[in-house]
Amino acid sequence: MSDDTPTRLTYREACKQAIRDALNRDPRCLVMGEDVGLYGGCYAVTKGLLEEFGPERIRDMPLAEGVIAGSAIGAAIAGLRPIAEIMTCNFSLLALDQIINNAATIPHMSGGQFAVPLVVRLATGGGRQLAAQHSHSFEGWYAHIPGIRILAPGTVEDARYMLAAALDDPNPVLIFEHVVLYNDEGDLDPEVVSVDIDSARVRRPGKDVTIVTYGGSLPKALAAADELVGLGIEAEVIDLRVLRPVDTATIYASVARTRRCVIVDEGWRSGSLSAEIAARIAEDLFFELDAPIRRVCSREVPVPYAAHMEEAALPRTADIVAAASGLARPQ
Amino acid sequence: MSDFTMPSLGADMESGKLVEWMVKPGDTVHQGDTVAVVETQKGAIEVEIFEDGTVSELVAKEGETVPVGGVLAHVRTAGDKTPAAAPATAAPAPVEASPAPASPAPPAPRPAPAAFARTGRVKVSPAARRLAAEIGIDPEGLIGTGVDGSVSLADVELARSRGTKAAPAPSARRTGFDPAEMRKAIAAAMARSKREIPHYYLASTIDMEPALAWLAAYNEGRPPTERMLAAVLTLKATALALREHGQFNGFWQDGQFQPGKGIHVGWAIALRGGGLVSPAIHDADGLSLPELMDVLRDLVARARSGRLRGSEIMDPTMTVTSLGEQGADSVMGVIYPPQVAILGFGRIVERPWVVDGQVVPRRLTQLSLAADHRASDGHAGGRLLSTIEQLLLEPEKL
Repeated sequence: MSDDTPTRLTYREACKQAIRDALNRDPRCLVMGEDVGLYGGCYAVTKGLLEEFGPERIRDMPLAEGVIAGSAIGAAIAGLRPIAEIMTCNFSLLALDQIINNAATIPHMSGGQFAVPLVVRLATGGGRQLAAQHSHSFEGWYAHIPGIRILAPGTVEDARYMLAAALDDPNPVLIFEHVVLYNDEGDLDPEVVSVDIDSARVRRPGKDVTIVTYGGSLPKALAAADELVGLGIEAEVIDLRVLRPVDTATIYASVARTRRCVIVDEGWRSGSLSAEIAARIAEDLFFELDAPIRRVCSREVPVPYAAHMEEAALPRTADIVAAASGLARPQ
Repeated sequence: MSDFTMPSLGADMESGKLVEWMVKPGDTVHQGDTVAVVETQKGAIEVEIFEDGTVSELVAKEGETVPVGGVLAHVRTAGDKTPAAAPATAAPAPVEASPAPASPAPPAPRPAPAAFARTGRVKVSPAARRLAAEIGIDPEGLIGTGVDGSVSLADVELARSRGTKAAPAPSARRTGFDPAEMRKAIAAAMARSKREIPHYYLASTIDMEPALAWLAAYNEGRPPTERMLAAVLTLKATALALREHGQFNGFWQDGQFQPGKGIHVGWAIALRGGGLVSPAIHDADGLSLPELMDVLRDLVARARSGRLRGSEIMDPTMTVTSLGEQGADSVMGVIYPPQVAILGFGRIVERPWVVDGQVVPRRLTQLSLAADHRASDGHAGGRLLSTIEQLLLEPEKL
């Protein structure tokens, strides 16, 4: 892009451009998944790519996540650069054995003889009334596993550029795309043509309280920060971007300044990524804290179907405002 | 609605500095609850409230100096119509294993789980505790405005800024007292006493042998924590004697004697590092000897750690000073105004004594009385001493 005015596009379109770009740049690259070809992808991310690149490179797969992951792992080991799509992370549990016992371990167990340059894209999260079997957030589980890198693009820019960095990584990378983000629009800065997949980003600076979040909760956290201004509270919003390995340095630098931290995680509280981050802050930053760590997570129920109940079960902007103001202005 | 005011914690007290609130608006208080800490020349005093109700507003701010009688807080009492404000921390229990409620309202901050809601411990944030240590402030003496009432960095910063303005020593310390200030208070009270009160003095030598023999028998076989001191016997004898001789139990005020309401014996306690306080043992005549021993132990410990209550400072109707084993043989006391008498027990000494025509070794004490001649005469004083002596000769009846 030579035009220096920002390009406005949807998160979905950014994902598609990233895939098209990868397919154009590297002939070893291919897309494989359920309904990615003729149907154009469950969330329409790959719509039009079959016509553009043909069935060799846009491959419809059987409804068998273990097969998708397993064959993509084999292709990666054999030298290709597969982009596997698993329709939602809820179904990825069927591919868990392949991802953990093969993708994450083979590079280690082979003493580095076999790399697994695999990228798996998965939709995650709730908020679209798809009921419990399509609405959960399992990225926190995957972030538990050594040997894989976990990404959670929360902005159009990351949706556009994280894929290329992931493909450049010789090890398996899982990219969790939140389902409510696909329709969100954002600007692409023409100056930016790549992003790292190592660091967290401060999406909004502030001095009173740090809100740590990622993915689909990022817009909620930013909206909460807007509301907090009205209460005289300047919240700093950190977008984790990379869930494994977590960039604790950025978190620590922020919390050491604000001394207060709210973690927003659409996963369930128990045993969640938010629990890990809270524990690390408590371990490493205890003496900097001026208030307890607070978390805003999903209610510990299977995500309900009914709209009002789903809304109440997931983290809400109002919940984040309440938690942050409770720390920054307790009285 | 009623006002909670700055109490008079001494005859010469004109104002006091509110060091700490121990309640906040919305708190329920009961008669006798300690609600604030006030710094006086006698050190930091925990002040009680004397009615039941709900704190509706804290008028005085921590660190503020308020004249005696000045309003510290408004308290809503049982008779008031206005409903009590809902406590800010009230919140529904977090929903766990059931579907979430549909209400779009944001949930109130989660209350601390009951198991962790320990009372009596001052919560200090880690960062606040570290800063306080660095600048030499006791963070547990500060008002917490942080989460769950915890002392936060801002509270320590505030204390630091006030401390540097007010005095070189951190003003936020609540324990301990300033010996120089206490010396001033003693000087003022004693000078007033000698200036205004026409003292007369009487003394008797009392045979302590029966009391001490009874005490030895009582203490024998008991663990140290249950043993009693001779001071308890003299204290109880004094309190019982004051029932009969009421003109020594009370105050000289407005040109006349005002009898005390109850017998609240002020017990003189020397403080380490100098100084003296005489907190009240309330209704001492009604307490059993073991109860008195417990009260005395508690009172001495709290006096020395600077944690006396306001009522203990305000209420004594008469003072007893006991010189103890290391003390002098006798004392001619100076009355603490507006009281009208002070009794002194000298060191217990073994001396030759005539009993039934025989010179025998006996353990004796000098009992002395300094009394206000405006309120009583020497004859009455002599009868008071005689009554105490008779009571001590029959210790089993105390």
